[in-house]
Amino acid sequence: MAHADSAHSAPAILQEVKPAVLPRATLVENNRSFAWITEKICSIIEGKTPTWWWVCFIVACFVASFTVAGITYLVATGVGVWGHANPVNWAWDIVNFVFWIGIGHAGTLISAILCLLRQKWRTSINRAAEAMTIFAVVCAAIFPVFHVGRVWYAWYLFPIPNSNVIWQNFRSPLEWDVFAVSTYGTVSVLFWYVGLIPDLAVLRDRFYAAGNKLRSFLYGLFALGWRGSNRHWSNYEMAYLILAGVSTPLVLSVHTIVSFDFAVSLLPGWHTTIFPPYFVAGAIFSGFGMVLTLMLPLRAIYKLEDLITQYHIDCMCKITLATGTIVGYAYAMEFFIAWYGANPYEGFAFINRAFGHYAWAYWIMIACNVITPQFFWFKKVRQNTAFVWILSIFVNVGMWFERFVIIVTSLARDFLPSSWGYYSPSIVEIFTFFGTFGVFSVLFLLFIRFLPIMPMAELKAVTPQADVHAGHDHH
Amino acid sequence: MSAQSYGLIATFDTAAGLYQAAQQVRDAGFKHWDCITPFPVHGLDKAMGVKRSIVPRFSLAGGITGFITGMSLIWWTGAVDYPLIVGGKPYFSPMFAFPVAYELTILFTAFATIGGMFFLNGLPKHYHAVLKHDQIVRGMDDQFFIVIESRDPRFNATNTRALLEKAGGTDIKELEA
Repeated sequence: MAHADSAHSAPAILQEVKPAVLPRATLVENNRSFAWITEKICSIIEGKTPTWWWVCFIVACFVASFTVAGITYLVATGVGVWGHANPVNWAWDIVNFVFWIGIGHAGTLISAILCLLRQKWRTSINRAAEAMTIFAVVCAAIFPVFHVGRVWYAWYLFPIPNSNVIWQNFRSPLEWDVFAVSTYGTVSVLFWYVGLIPDLAVLRDRFYAAGNKLRSFLYGLFALGWRGSNRHWSNYEMAYLILAGVSTPLVLSVHTIVSFDFAVSLLPGWHTTIFPPYFVAGAIFSGFGMVLTLMLPLRAIYKLEDLITQYHIDCMCKITLATGTIVGYAYAMEFFIAWYGANPYEGFAFINRAFGHYAWAYWIMIACNVITPQFFWFKKVRQNTAFVWILSIFVNVGMWFERFVIIVTSLARDFLPSSWGYYSPSIVEIFTFFGTFGVFSVLFLLFIRFLPIMPMAELKAVTPQADVHAGHDHH
Repeated sequence: MSAQSYGLIATFDTAAGLYQAAQQVRDAGFKHWDCITPFPVHGLDKAMGVKRSIVPRFSLAGGITGFITGMSLIWWTGAVDYPLIVGGKPYFSPMFAFPVAYELTILFTAFATIGGMFFLNGLPKHYHAVLKHDQIVRGMDDQFFIVIESRDPRFNATNTRALLEKAGGTDIKELEA
């Protein structure tokens, strides 16, 4: 270039820097058409109910009956049927509550945060992940609601004028939690439903064309007259973006406020400022564990490999790895601060966690949450679906133990040795918790039977043929 | 036609074809017309001349209402209606009121956003001429339609049909109102 020759002392500067062309991962494999996507998703609903579905459904109903039995016994008898006793008056109920709420968080992360970050790979998993969120919140809500004892007074949690003319104590993190969790549940349902509307319209018209007037009417009732108008899409997309925008601070605030239930107290082991970010990371970690647990079997059963590709699994594994590592860092930092803070009670609480009566729980937690995700560094592991699925189960188990370790070990060994104790769950608690997996499965099975498990409109929008500028400049 | 006419509907097989045609209909000066697509087509708003959505105004109003509701609820119940000392803390402080006000901001924003979206879209709607189109099931699946309403001042059964044909539309039909 003449420019560079004339002033050879000046450093060589390129006239123009072209942005590097990064290869984009294919989100829908095998170049599938729009019609193929519609057919694939709708056929799951339109086809005959498979036998495996009935088998799973009956088993899930049986498991769910344990929760019904446990709760019925509790309501008929009193909260004393749970194993709570001084000093551990808060145990499996809150452990299970935090566990289920945390699982829900991945659904919102996928639908909201990844939407804002324009991570298009979210499209094939977001519907099922959002359904998981809602059902997880349902399971979570069971525990605090029934822990109030006289459940028919549970409405006292909300500021409704009552005959005692007193109001809720808004200085308490538990009251904040009421608002956080009920807002979270409501917004998750709204977000999920708004996403479903265009797909319900597809089913409405397909059932109508097939001559099934009843199902066409039912889907049509919830499709609200959606007709795919672009003037509607314009408002719809804006509304969806705003919902994603508000769900992002919502999901972060919900687990932050859940962590305040502990962090705002004065108990050693709970009273730490690291809790909000640590709980949020843990929630996303456990939620992605559950997403993998649910999506991998679905992918295999319904042959969805073209829609949930290896790239999707890689992404989910990497997020699990990242959040799991953050959780591991938080465990280490808690120990460091306990030592650095020079508070003997705090120091004891952590030594006791790792080497006290509940050490078995602590080391299960470390093994599942810190060591398990490290396997996801390896591509070979991420490509082995069965192995990924097994690891995802370990993540779920580990995160349940994390909550158990935080809550129970801190309460069982507080300030004075005279008030120390050892907590074991009662059979009623075990039944109630075991049954929630049935409740969750029943709801999830109904979801995959009657609603489109993937957002068809969004999937179509990420295919190459949806790009109207194909082969041209993006302007 | 015995029934009153709603307008003309033309079919397009590709998103790119629809995009080109939408620009032509826009440039012809039509106001009462629409594209029916199975998914939001990126860039189509511009091709149609649709302005940026005003849903955010509803969201903002909802958010502000939510925040004020949260703060005033806690202030009124705690400091006005039944002042009660708990743990030596003040009757009201924006600090402890913040988490609840924050959640209500989000809750009200979500409702206002969705309500605003439905209001602007005129949904729910029990009946619409487009849904009577015998190929609407394809419009939800893999085809694209342009509908030009007969109430548009520029509408003319012959010329509008010619425009849609020229733009690449096939299977042009009249819709009953």
